[in-house]
Amino acid sequence: MDRSTSGAGDGRRARATAHELARYESLFAARTRGMKSSAMREMMALTERPDVISLAGGLPDTSTFAPELYAKLMSRVAAESTARALQYGPTEGMAATVKCITEVMAAEGTAVDPAEVIVTTGGQQVIDLVCKTLIDPGDVIVAEAPTYPGAVPTFSAYQAHVEQIEIDGDGMPIDALEQTLDRLQEQGRRPKFIYTIPNFQNPGGVTMSLARRRRLVEVARERELLVLEDNPYGLLRYEGEKLPTLYSLDAHAVGRGGASDLVIYLGTFSKILSPGLRLGWAVAPRPVLEKLNLGKQGADLCSSPVTQMFVAAYFDERDADGEQAWRAYVERLRDLYRRRRDVMLEALTEHFGEGARWTSPQGGLFIWATLDERIDTTDLLALARKSEGVAFVPGRAAYVDGRSGASSMRLNFAGVPDDDIREGIRRIGRAMREQLGLLGSLTGTVAPVTAAAAEAETSRASETAAGLADVVALPRRGDLPTARRHRDR
Amino acid sequence: MSAAKRVAVLKGGRSLERKVSLRSGAQVQDALQRLGEEVIALDVGPELIAQLLAAKPDAAFVALHGRDGEDGTLQGLLEAIGVPYTGSGPAACMCCTDKVLAKQLMLAAGIPTPDFCFLRETSIKELGAAAALGAIEDRLGFPEVVKPAVGGSALGVKFARSGEQLPGALVGAFSYDRTVLIERYVRGRDLAVSILGPEPEGGGGPLALPVVEAVPREEDFYDYESRYEIGMTTFVCPAELAAETSERAQELALQVYELLDCHGVARVDLMLEEDGGELWVLETNVVPGMTETSLLPQAADAAGIGFDELVERILASAFTR
Repeated sequence: MDRSTSGAGDGRRARATAHELARYESLFAARTRGMKSSAMREMMALTERPDVISLAGGLPDTSTFAPELYAKLMSRVAAESTARALQYGPTEGMAATVKCITEVMAAEGTAVDPAEVIVTTGGQQVIDLVCKTLIDPGDVIVAEAPTYPGAVPTFSAYQAHVEQIEIDGDGMPIDALEQTLDRLQEQGRRPKFIYTIPNFQNPGGVTMSLARRRRLVEVARERELLVLEDNPYGLLRYEGEKLPTLYSLDAHAVGRGGASDLVIYLGTFSKILSPGLRLGWAVAPRPVLEKLNLGKQGADLCSSPVTQMFVAAYFDERDADGEQAWRAYVERLRDLYRRRRDVMLEALTEHFGEGARWTSPQGGLFIWATLDERIDTTDLLALARKSEGVAFVPGRAAYVDGRSGASSMRLNFAGVPDDDIREGIRRIGRAMREQLGLLGSLTGTVAPVTAAAAEAETSRASETAAGLADVVALPRRGDLPTARRHRDR
Repeated sequence: MSAAKRVAVLKGGRSLERKVSLRSGAQVQDALQRLGEEVIALDVGPELIAQLLAAKPDAAFVALHGRDGEDGTLQGLLEAIGVPYTGSGPAACMCCTDKVLAKQLMLAAGIPTPDFCFLRETSIKELGAAAALGAIEDRLGFPEVVKPAVGGSALGVKFARSGEQLPGALVGAFSYDRTVLIERYVRGRDLAVSILGPEPEGGGGPLALPVVEAVPREEDFYDYESRYEIGMTTFVCPAELAAETSERAQELALQVYELLDCHGVARVDLMLEEDGGELWVLETNVVPGMTETSLLPQAADAAGIGFDELVERILASAFTR
């Protein structure tokens, strides 16, 4: 056989191929080793299918935004500001957008100096820029356990060493934080920053108490540590009393009544308006802000002027009652998500019952459910995806070690219609009962028998049909006519 | 130079190994193009057979890992529509993919494989299989490795260090397959021997490539996930072994290849037990990974067989069945 087309002489063949194989390998930066994909993440990618009810996403429901208003605002930007919208903008963001941000911050009860704000490409960019600015390989970040699954790959990419503090119903216990800081100090290590989501934590669904907020700010001041306060959902509070931001508590402690010294605040339009705009912001002490700005210049020069001007136009908009449209919209979202949260809580009681416990968030998008400790939700997801057509985020995604939190799961109640919430929880419950039933048989204990368990039994009869449905990607026999996953919302 | 062949590279699909398969497929396509063949890349989905019937390829290169690609499903279909394909036929695929079946066959043939038991999900409720757990624990000791009978990724593979952990590990594994294997844990070094079918013109038998050792980057013998994750394991090829150990590993791999009636290419995974230095065959993979970090290309490279030549040789297996 003529091998001349292989492009290498026989004598050089082995080396040439070693080169072919390692062509990219030898070029990759050491930090890419930390950018690992895991079997679990690959499985989650497979759940992004139209026939799967997904409670996995971090999605708000953008179908609630009025199409006419969207068209009107886009037309206005297009007609009145063509050249500016199509041009580069300043790295720190456009003044009109920063003004909107100060309005949102004021609604959060937090006064900020517009000069200390930087507009970013989503809140995610703040996490990236803060790491870029502060983290050398091996530097320590202290985060909550569980923590935002989307921060985990960012921390890993910067080769940070992450210490996670297990949260309880009041958020991060500060005494546990102090113990960790003491231990680190003994090792001669000082964390670069503490990462926290004080309101309706993602994924935990819990809110940090006022006492802990105060103490956290004190600890940060005592030890001169930066805090990254991630607050995407502060305005999406469905009940209970609004609590001050860490930023405002620190600013108050500084005594200048204005800017905080040690808190970097992360905000976003993603949950109160649209994630598709890709607009977030940071408020940070000036020296930090300058570095964030330099980092952003290298990353993307500026966030999109088109969407920044859209936001500015939107914040000018008033509804029929003369109220600012954005405030009315947030109010509508609150009502909608509050109802969906209640629907999910009710469904959990009905279909998870005694087999699990879960958080009851006062706001935000997520409920964190914890099952029998012998159940690994990564495996449960494999089962539920295949036989039930439903998805959630396995708890392990919220832990940097990829192993802890194995019996928990994150459930999004905001992004899907009521019927899908009920049906989704019913399906997860059914898969869970199946596993519990098996565990009961294996350990000789009787699993709690409920209506759901009986239903799991009868569903076995339709296994063949279910298997077939999986292959041809059709809705299953058991699908309710009310399931509307294919509709264009 | 022979006329260019139309080769359909089958990759992707819907299994848990979709991404690895896409990467394998991409590498194979590049090589086939360098070899001057005409390449038709097909991401396996509901249109597959229609696409193949329309494209009328001279051969299909199977780079589809996981379900369908390795369990004989795809091979059976390709035979039905008369498209020659690379690698093993349906029967070998079924045997290799089902770890329980493969181990039974190895036992019967006297090939060393770690002692094991298996359970079917139905047997737990219908035959009271739970009552057998005590006997299984006594026989295998701890730790035990619990695996779904079918499945090539780390998902569902668990260690049980005590009787208390066994039920949870079983339930986890049953999430992936209705049959689950409980295997004695062999502590030791993780080896793999890839086998290539005979050279098309050379006569001779199948060729065992140099042994590759997978060394976990972290000293965590209980972390099965690292076995399957790029970057968490480093590969040493050829493995640093006594000459007779290497030869024995290659010999065992060849025996397994013949026993299971593999064709063209296969990768046999073995353990070299720390205590006593015994070799044990774990499993056989009929569609080995072809990514830049996969074991087969590294082993071929160590044998002086370049990637393009490797692809050429696997392609030839489509025409020698």
